[in-house]
Amino acid sequence: MSVEAWLTVLVGVLGGAIRVATPFLWVSLGECITEKSGRINLGLEGTMVFGAMFGYAISYHSGSAWVGVLAAGLSGVVFGAVHGMLCSLPRVNDTAIGIALIILGLGLAFFFGKDYVQPTAPRLPSIDLGGWSDMPALRAALQINMLFVVGLVLAIGLRWAFVHTRWGLELRTVGDSSDAARALGLSVDRTRISATAIGGFFGGVAGAFLSLYYPGSWNEALSSGQGVMAVALVIFARWQPMGCFRAALIFGGASSIGPALQAVGVQSGYHLWNAAPYVLTLAIMLASTSKARASIGAPGELAMTR
Amino acid sequence: MVAAPGVLATLRRARAVPPGVLFWLVPIGSIVAGLLAFGVFVLLIGRNPLEVYATIVEGGFASNFAWQNTLLRAAPIILTGLAVAIPAQAGLVVIGGEGALALGALAAAAIAVPLVPSLGAGALVAGALAGMAAGAAWFALVGVFRAGRGLNETISSLLLSYIAIALFNHLVEGPLRDPASLNKPSTLPLPAETMIGAMPFIEVHWGLLVGIVACVIAQLALSRSTHGFSLRVTGGNPRAALLVGLPVSVLIVAACGFGGLAVGLAGAIEVMAVHGSANAAVLAGYGTTGILVSFMARHQPLAIIPVAVMMGGIAAAGSLLQRRLDLPDATTMVLQGLLFIAILAGDAFLPKDRR
Repeated sequence: MSVEAWLTVLVGVLGGAIRVATPFLWVSLGECITEKSGRINLGLEGTMVFGAMFGYAISYHSGSAWVGVLAAGLSGVVFGAVHGMLCSLPRVNDTAIGIALIILGLGLAFFFGKDYVQPTAPRLPSIDLGGWSDMPALRAALQINMLFVVGLVLAIGLRWAFVHTRWGLELRTVGDSSDAARALGLSVDRTRISATAIGGFFGGVAGAFLSLYYPGSWNEALSSGQGVMAVALVIFARWQPMGCFRAALIFGGASSIGPALQAVGVQSGYHLWNAAPYVLTLAIMLASTSKARASIGAPGELAMTR
Repeated sequence: MVAAPGVLATLRRARAVPPGVLFWLVPIGSIVAGLLAFGVFVLLIGRNPLEVYATIVEGGFASNFAWQNTLLRAAPIILTGLAVAIPAQAGLVVIGGEGALALGALAAAAIAVPLVPSLGAGALVAGALAGMAAGAAWFALVGVFRAGRGLNETISSLLLSYIAIALFNHLVEGPLRDPASLNKPSTLPLPAETMIGAMPFIEVHWGLLVGIVACVIAQLALSRSTHGFSLRVTGGNPRAALLVGLPVSVLIVAACGFGGLAVGLAGAIEVMAVHGSANAAVLAGYGTTGILVSFMARHQPLAIIPVAVMMGGIAAAGSLLQRRLDLPDATTMVLQGLLFIAILAGDAFLPKDRR
């Protein structure tokens, strides 16, 4: 390959990192909020796919992509609240409920989404930051979507809110020790249900990004496990919102290697490159976990890290 | 909704019922609740629930053809359910069955087809062994990560599943592709006369019997052998297992490995009895259905058999729902999801010691 082709690949990976990172960022921030309260929501995968379908459908009917995003988020709130309430029942396992909600979310999304595979819905706009460049690949890479910016702002805001607001302190207390939270008179179930519902909102918005911006249409093969990888991302991010931002960029970049190579005509190993983000997640998790101690920064009530 | 005071009151009353009765009442009640919830869903979309129920029964269980279709689907689901149930004895939720099934299918196709000229039907045995080995090795990795690094098995198995499916696609569309498979990339096919045939009386391949035998063996091994007991101790209380000197790490890897063996065999049988070659049609979601089946069977191998038949029937009814009532494929997935949730929520009604 020529130097120019390599440069195109590099720019493609950079642009892809930002594009693909956006749903990772949103869904992992949602998972982060949920896990801070001491619960895992694997069901965000189903929430995301349903949000993708619902956001697309509402965008199509309302004519506004932003209304679609909001609707997707609200559908996520419903899924999150259902998860939160079911897990508040005694002896009900949050991991298993999450798997069940993946199946239900996918089922409902495919059921109602059948009519929306064909129509074209209004897409989310992007900000053009690459106008100064005469390199088309770079210009394409620097088309930044608003949701990426909003996600970054939210990550910064959450980092602050976890430490400095009453909500953040309550959330972390409930997540670190439900006994301590009860002693303080906090309602553990209510805090967890609301945290899972808010997390669901983020998951729904992540789904809307998939259908309304990139790849930018609704079909049944839209998600490839971002919702489940969010759980891994949050562990890697050590339950820090800005860590989620960095992790999302890394995974976005890894996911973009395959398509970027394909764009310059490298076809071989396309499927293998698609596995890159999963291999990377696995490698990072293996490197960052330990048998001897719980993960650094993990909420004490989180069943999976104990 | 679920946390409504009425439900909680029922909960408290339920505790007064003897545990033996609850053991049967709760799962059956959960299935009924799941079916009712599905009925509400059907009502909400403006259709007649009774008509939909009747169509599911007809499409899954009401004729010889329906039964054949149902059992054909139940055969792999029994094994994918077993793949979740065995690690579950050690307290592990391993959900990446779809990927291990893909690798089992691929290994069987790659090993069995070249051996047919020299071994004849013996190539099927080699294919089955190859499939089991591939599945076992893949799932054993999950156990090794868990035992060695404390890596959560649910996440790692799912990541490994995506990696396995990528490998599967790469090999089926690349190095292992039959050049004659133009529109639908496949590996070289088994000759039709070498494929696993149908059992007498019921027109379903022998793989169904293999699955049933595997469940019986697993049930006996878990309930009657020392190793099975050690495994259940590990699942019940890992700390106690370590204290009494059980080889917890070995047990975890073995439990995952045996689960992978079952799911790899499922993939091998799908290739050698149904599809003839490894191609995208092998990945029909049986791995995911297995998770649901194992949870519904409370991870008891023998209970997996009837539950898998039920799920096979629901899946088989999908095409009739589509043809007659013009409902999407995903209708059966909605039903599966609701049943799954109802079964899990049912745990709340069980007394503490009988989960």
